[in-house]
Amino acid sequence: MGKSHPSVDDYVVSRVRALESLLLEKGVLGTDAVDGVIRRYESSTGPMIGARAVARAWRDQAYRTRLLDTPTAALADLGLSFDRLVVVENTTAVHNMVVCTLCSCYPWSVLGLPPTWYKSPEYRSRAVSEPRKVLAEFGLAVPADREIRVWDSSAELRYMVLPIAPSGAAQLDEDALAHQVTREALIGVAEVRLDRGAAR
Amino acid sequence: MDGIHDLGGMHGFGRVEREENEPVFHAPWERTVVAIFGAVRGAGLINIDEFRHAIERMDPAHYLAASYWERWLDGMVRLLSEKGLIDRVEVDILTDRLRIEPDATPPRPPSAPSIAMSEHRPPATSFRESTARPRFTVGDAVMTTVDHRSGHTRLPRYVRGRRGVVVARRGVHVFPDANAHGLGEEPQHVYGVRFTGAELWGPAAEPNQAVHIDLWESYLQPA
Repeated sequence: MGKSHPSVDDYVVSRVRALESLLLEKGVLGTDAVDGVIRRYESSTGPMIGARAVARAWRDQAYRTRLLDTPTAALADLGLSFDRLVVVENTTAVHNMVVCTLCSCYPWSVLGLPPTWYKSPEYRSRAVSEPRKVLAEFGLAVPADREIRVWDSSAELRYMVLPIAPSGAAQLDEDALAHQVTREALIGVAEVRLDRGAAR
Repeated sequence: MDGIHDLGGMHGFGRVEREENEPVFHAPWERTVVAIFGAVRGAGLINIDEFRHAIERMDPAHYLAASYWERWLDGMVRLLSEKGLIDRVEVDILTDRLRIEPDATPPRPPSAPSIAMSEHRPPATSFRESTARPRFTVGDAVMTTVDHRSGHTRLPRYVRGRRGVVVARRGVHVFPDANAHGLGEEPQHVYGVRFTGAELWGPAAEPNQAVHIDLWESYLQPA
């Protein structure tokens, strides 16, 4: 269900313009507000802060411990002030995945804006009740003896998955490694595999 | 409220469709919606809980058909008009006019700098200082309450009346069930609670599955 491309909907386009102009008129909205959104969410690259934290954790055991135990301090190392992140670690015993069934809560500050599928009724309804089926659709087969732990973001805490380090990670520097960490892996619907040729 | 937004565990929605190389926004109006939200929230005109509740009260059929940002638009118009910050009829009239004459210039002042949205504004935090003693500790068995009130709540249907175990203490946070209705912040302890798949879904549960969810203290009873 859910239209993912309503850009041709002239009702919505007109209604946004109407609301925008009324709020501009009342001085609630500034004419530079949209530029602020572009700078904040489009000019900076999606999930890079989360990806960098993961890459650093894979290479640096002390940082890994900090990221899991004191995530606010670990994010501050990367220049981000955000005090509501919980980092959950994938192991051979537990696979974590994140959802928000009630709306679409997501760690914007750490991962950028969420993809459309994360906000869809399909994902929100099924992630908690049939996560293995959902993960299989994402191409991820989780071994039967591995618990699937679904984090439903119902409060103001936000969740990020620390994926299992791919083999060959040790050969990459932090930058190169961070580029291999996908948004999907940080949500817990994918694993990280190194591109052939990523290692230099 | 038992609204269409409370989707956890509902059947019938089909495969999760992904878009390859998805852009951050699909159309310019989506940026404007985010900018409006940032401005009104940054200025303290709305809180996040009443905004979520405004979206939850959207017409259910429209909710499912609409895109995410259209739901935000709908919730924003509902909430701002309920607060008397805009007139819904005025929005309707101007919307119709712009549909007929897309090139018409809506009234706006020449140039107004933003007073509300700052890129460096720290995100609003829901943590509150409190001396209240937590009622539960990690390892406690708890039972969730069953309460089908029509107001806002962050206790989804699928975890009501279920038995779980406290796995984390999350600190003291603003209570959405009160804050969404102008009843003050009423901060409470929040706990991470673990439920097994079998407890939530019975025989239909997938093997070796659990849900962890953050719940406010008043949603919980000792079990």
